[in-house]
Amino acid sequence: MIQHSRIIASSAFLAAAAAVFVLPDWMISLATIAFANGLVVLGLIVLWRAGLVSFGQALYYCIGAYAVALVGRWTGITDAILLVLIGGACAGLVSFVVGFLLARYREIFFAMLSLALSMILYGVLVKTESLGSTDGFSVIVPTFLGYAPHQDGLLAALYWLVLAVCAIAALLVDAYFHSVAGALAVPLRDNEIRVEFLGLSVSRLIHTKLVISGLLGGLGGALAALAVGHVDPNMSYWTTSGEFVFITILAGAGSVGPAFVGSLLFESVRSFAVAMLPQLWQLLLGSVLLLTILFLPQGLGSLITRLRWRRGVEAP
Amino acid sequence: MSAPILSVRDLGKRFGSMIAARDITVSLPAQQTVGVIGSNGAGKTTFINMVTGHLRPTHGAIHFEDRDITGLPSRTIKAMGISRSFQVAQIFPSLTAFDNICVAAAIGHAPKHVMGHVWTPLRSPEAVSEAETLLDLFAIRRYRDTLAVTLPQGVRKLLDIGMAVAGSPRLLLLDEPTSGISIEEKFDLMQVIMSALRNRKITVLFVEHDMEIVERFAERVLAFYDGTVIADGTPAATLADERIQTLISGSRPNAAKGGFADV
Repeated sequence: MIQHSRIIASSAFLAAAAAVFVLPDWMISLATIAFANGLVVLGLIVLWRAGLVSFGQALYYCIGAYAVALVGRWTGITDAILLVLIGGACAGLVSFVVGFLLARYREIFFAMLSLALSMILYGVLVKTESLGSTDGFSVIVPTFLGYAPHQDGLLAALYWLVLAVCAIAALLVDAYFHSVAGALAVPLRDNEIRVEFLGLSVSRLIHTKLVISGLLGGLGGALAALAVGHVDPNMSYWTTSGEFVFITILAGAGSVGPAFVGSLLFESVRSFAVAMLPQLWQLLLGSVLLLTILFLPQGLGSLITRLRWRRGVEAP
Repeated sequence: MSAPILSVRDLGKRFGSMIAARDITVSLPAQQTVGVIGSNGAGKTTFINMVTGHLRPTHGAIHFEDRDITGLPSRTIKAMGISRSFQVAQIFPSLTAFDNICVAAAIGHAPKHVMGHVWTPLRSPEAVSEAETLLDLFAIRRYRDTLAVTLPQGVRKLLDIGMAVAGSPRLLLLDEPTSGISIEEKFDLMQVIMSALRNRKITVLFVEHDMEIVERFAERVLAFYDGTVIADGTPAATLADERIQTLISGSRPNAAKGGFADV
């Protein structure tokens, strides 16, 4: 069964990489943003499995994005890979610092505190005239290891970079889910006292999860900033966090793949909704969320398990 | 007698003006099986909580194999080799019985450095084989793939103790292993637990209210009363002590009105 899912994942990756040659540009740029956001969702899933819902993941998204924009502006570094790593590292560092506070809270208190932190950043950015206030500012055009593509080439290069980062993140997070610390998500949700008496520090376990999710949020934001070519304070606004939570519900927290599929589905539905129902697109998105919760409470990922179950194949 | 595995000196715990434990001085030789008796509020659980690091003692010292463990956090004490089970089984309800033990075994086998648990797989061959062994040792193999939330009470207790044994502790403290178990099942349950622990050569201290069980399974009895140890000896001698009968075991008819007997 593990072999099967590896084959499926690798073919999905190759198909996605080859899509550049087939699909129109607007679809590729939509997918670029969707997969970048999928990284943030993957980070939310890491927390979700331990029973923690962050309503402030936009904090790391925004930090990753602004880090890329500022470093590009101030230092003249244009290499996309380096910029993305810097974005991820900045967000990871911030999540490590605020983790000392956040790791002590659970449930609604955790959700609200993480939301508050992201709104502080929003407030600061809105008030900072030098960073364009509510308008934000534009991001430099990136290069790739010395190669400086334009238009179509740039689109494809960014898309492949996003895919590569997603693939590496998916592999590492999947390995983490199968490690002792990663597998201790459901046990943490079930019984923290037992975990502590088995010899592990609960707060350190949660802190690790916070840093992983912050890092992923930062990488997602950094890639999104390069793909959009612009950053603004809305990247830290609570509705942005809300979207990530939405996609997490849509995807389900069972495995890593659905984070990206869910994100792609969300962006597609939104584009479709905005195009078809300019006045009512939120209504359509809301209905999708409602239907997901009613009929797929475990998210898209559970579709596969359900199919397997129906075929009578034993789950791994 | 061999060198003590655990030695406790002048241990005491005070919550505000309430004295939960005082002047406890006890030492346990390796591989002894010790029963602890005492009415509710006598300080038995407080004692276990202090030894396992759940509560910090107000005064006194605890030494485990010549190391001072007084006031260390429970996870450090667990890593050194003292494990415990709980009055109410502390298991992970959403996992299967196997996964419950596997998690416990994997934590025990993972390298001790900071990132050890991030890089070690949960189902490492060592953890899986230890989990399988423990399922057999505690006679719960047929519940292997059952979700813990649906397990019967007795199996939960065994699972809880199985998890405590994973990672090879040298001292195990059992807080009322037979609480919530019907009288008919108690003896069988204790039989399984004790033979498993003997097999692992673990020093055991167990809290028990049923005097017949204490008499049958303990080599030595500590009687707690009012926060301290008032008697320490063989089961036969301790349980025959008139003072113990009046204060704790309630076996003398005229002691019933004292209200010390546990429900």
